[in-house]
Amino acid sequence: MSLLTIDDLVVEHRSPGRPVVRAVAGASLAVNPGEVVGLVGESGCGKSTLARAVCGLNPITAGSVAFDGQPVTPLGLRRRRLTGIQMVFQDPYASLNPRRRVGEQIADGLRTSGDTATTPADLLERVGLPRDFARRHPHEFSGGQRQRIAIARALAARPRLLIGDEPISALDASAQAQVARLMRDLAVESGAGLLFISHDLSVVRLIADRIAVMYLGKIVEVGGTAEVWAEPRHPYTKALLGAIPKPDGLGVLPAELPGDVPDPANPPGGCRFSPRCPMVMDVCREKEPDFGPVACWLHEPT
Amino acid sequence: MTLDITGLKMSIGGKDILRGVDLRLSEGRVHGLAGESGSGKTMTGLAVLGLLPHGARVSGAIRLGERDLLTLPPKELNRVRGGEVAMVFQDPATSLHPMLTIGKQLTEHMRHHLGLGKAEAKARAVELLGKVRIPGPAEAYGRFPHQFSGGMRQRIAIAIALACSPKVLIADEPTTALDVTVQAGVLRLLRGLCDELGLAVLLVTHDLGVMSAVADEVSVMKDGLVVETGPRASVLREPGHAYTRSLLDSLPDTELT
Repeated sequence: MSLLTIDDLVVEHRSPGRPVVRAVAGASLAVNPGEVVGLVGESGCGKSTLARAVCGLNPITAGSVAFDGQPVTPLGLRRRRLTGIQMVFQDPYASLNPRRRVGEQIADGLRTSGDTATTPADLLERVGLPRDFARRHPHEFSGGQRQRIAIARALAARPRLLIGDEPISALDASAQAQVARLMRDLAVESGAGLLFISHDLSVVRLIADRIAVMYLGKIVEVGGTAEVWAEPRHPYTKALLGAIPKPDGLGVLPAELPGDVPDPANPPGGCRFSPRCPMVMDVCREKEPDFGPVACWLHEPT
Repeated sequence: MTLDITGLKMSIGGKDILRGVDLRLSEGRVHGLAGESGSGKTMTGLAVLGLLPHGARVSGAIRLGERDLLTLPPKELNRVRGGEVAMVFQDPATSLHPMLTIGKQLTEHMRHHLGLGKAEAKARAVELLGKVRIPGPAEAYGRFPHQFSGGMRQRIAIAIALACSPKVLIADEPTTALDVTVQAGVLRLLRGLCDELGLAVLLVTHDLGVMSAVADEVSVMKDGLVVETGPRASVLREPGHAYTRSLLDSLPDTELT
C-alpha cells in the first residue's frame, strides 16, 4: 500500500467578491515509501495548493488525502498527532524564525518525535553543515545554508513523507542541484517518501523516480522519469520539455507555447489544455479526458 | 554604436567588487554575462547606467561611442539613461510601479527624452505594446500592472525599456522569475528585437541554457573578473577556463549532445 494516496482531490480558494477559484480540480497521485515523486507545472497550476492540502494547511473541498490509510485532518491550533508529514518551504528567508538560534528550531522537531538520542548538531552534520552552527541565528547564513537548516528541521521530526514546495527556486543556480540531491539522499536513506515540487524540470529529472505533470489543477501525465523525459506523450509535457533551452552552445531558440495559462476561476470547457494545444481535435473541446496515466484523447486507454 | 567597458574597477567600503572588467558590446549582438551570484554581473550592468549604490568608488572607462559614461556630468548622463541605454530588471512585479497605468509608465520617459506630445507618445506606446505582443494593445494601455501575468509584465518592462529606441539594452536576469514556457517567449522576443532594431544587448544570467539560446558572445565572471570570453560555441562547448568547465559540469542536465 502506498504511503500517501491522493484521490480525486479538489481544493477551492474562496475570497469575498471574487468567483471561487478551483486551484486543484480532481488530482490523483500516490507516493510510496522510499520513492521520490516530482511534481512539475507552470506557476498558477495548483502545485503548491496540492502540497498544502496534503499537509492539512488548506481545507479540502472534495476527494481525499490519506496518509498511511488515515485521512489527513486540517491543521488546527491543537497539538498535532500526525507528524509523519513534514514540509520544506520555498523561501528559507521566511520559513526560519529570525529570533531563535537554528539549533533550538531544529530541537523543536526532535521534541515532536520524542527523539532524545539525536542532537541538533548531529542533524546539521547530516545536511553538510559544521556542528557548531547550531548556536547561530538564521541571518548569519546564506540562502543555500538556510535551506539546509530548514531540511534538517524537517528531518528532525523523523518524517515518513517529506514534501518540498519549490525548495530550490529561491537559491542560486550553483546551490540548487546540491540541495535537491541532498533532499533526495536524506529522504531515501531514512526510507521516507519525497514529494518534490518544482517548476525547474532539469532538477526534477535529476532526483525524481516518477514525474507528475500538472496543468491548471489537473495531473495530465504521470510516469517514470526516464520514460517521460525520453518520450513525453501529453502535448503539454512535450511543450514543457521543448521549452527548456539546452546549454549546448548551438544557439537554438527554445520552442514557444503560445498563450498564457487560463484563469483557473474560469477554465476552458473540455480538455483544459485544448485552447493552447497544437494537436487539438474536436473531441478535446467537448469532453474532458478523465483517465490516466496520460490524460489526453490521443492516448486514450483501450 | 558600441559600448566598451575597459578595466572597470569598483569597490564599496574598501571591499573590491569588480577588479578590472573588460567587455565589448556591439550592434545587433547579444553579449551574455554568466557567473554565480556575487561575482559582480549585476554590478557591471548597474555601473553602465551609473546606478551604483552609495559610497561606490569606480575607476576604468565605459565608452559609449565617444563619451565616457563614468565621467559624464549628471545632466548629460540623464540624457543617456533611459534614452540611449535602457535596462530590464529581474523581477517585473517590482520593477513596474503598481499604482500607475502601464500607459503612464510607457510614455513618461518618451515625452521627456524624445519631446513627444501626449497623443504621439500614446500612439507609439500602443505600437510598442503590439511589438512585444501584448493582446489588445489599445485596451492594455490603460490597465495597471497587477492585471497582467508575470510573462506579460516582463514584456511590458521590455517595451518600456525600448520606448526611446535605445542603442544598448541591459537585461539583468530577465527570465529568471518566469516559467520555461514564458521564458521561451521572452527570449524569442529579445533575440528578434536585437536582430530587427540592431540593439546591443548585455544579457546577465546565471542560466547557461538561456545563454546558449540567445547569446552571440559569452563572458564568464568570477570574483569581479572576467575569466573567459569568446563566441558562444567555443565557450560553451570547449571551455578554456577551469571555472567555466566547473559551471557547465555543475548543471543538473549535463548531457551535452
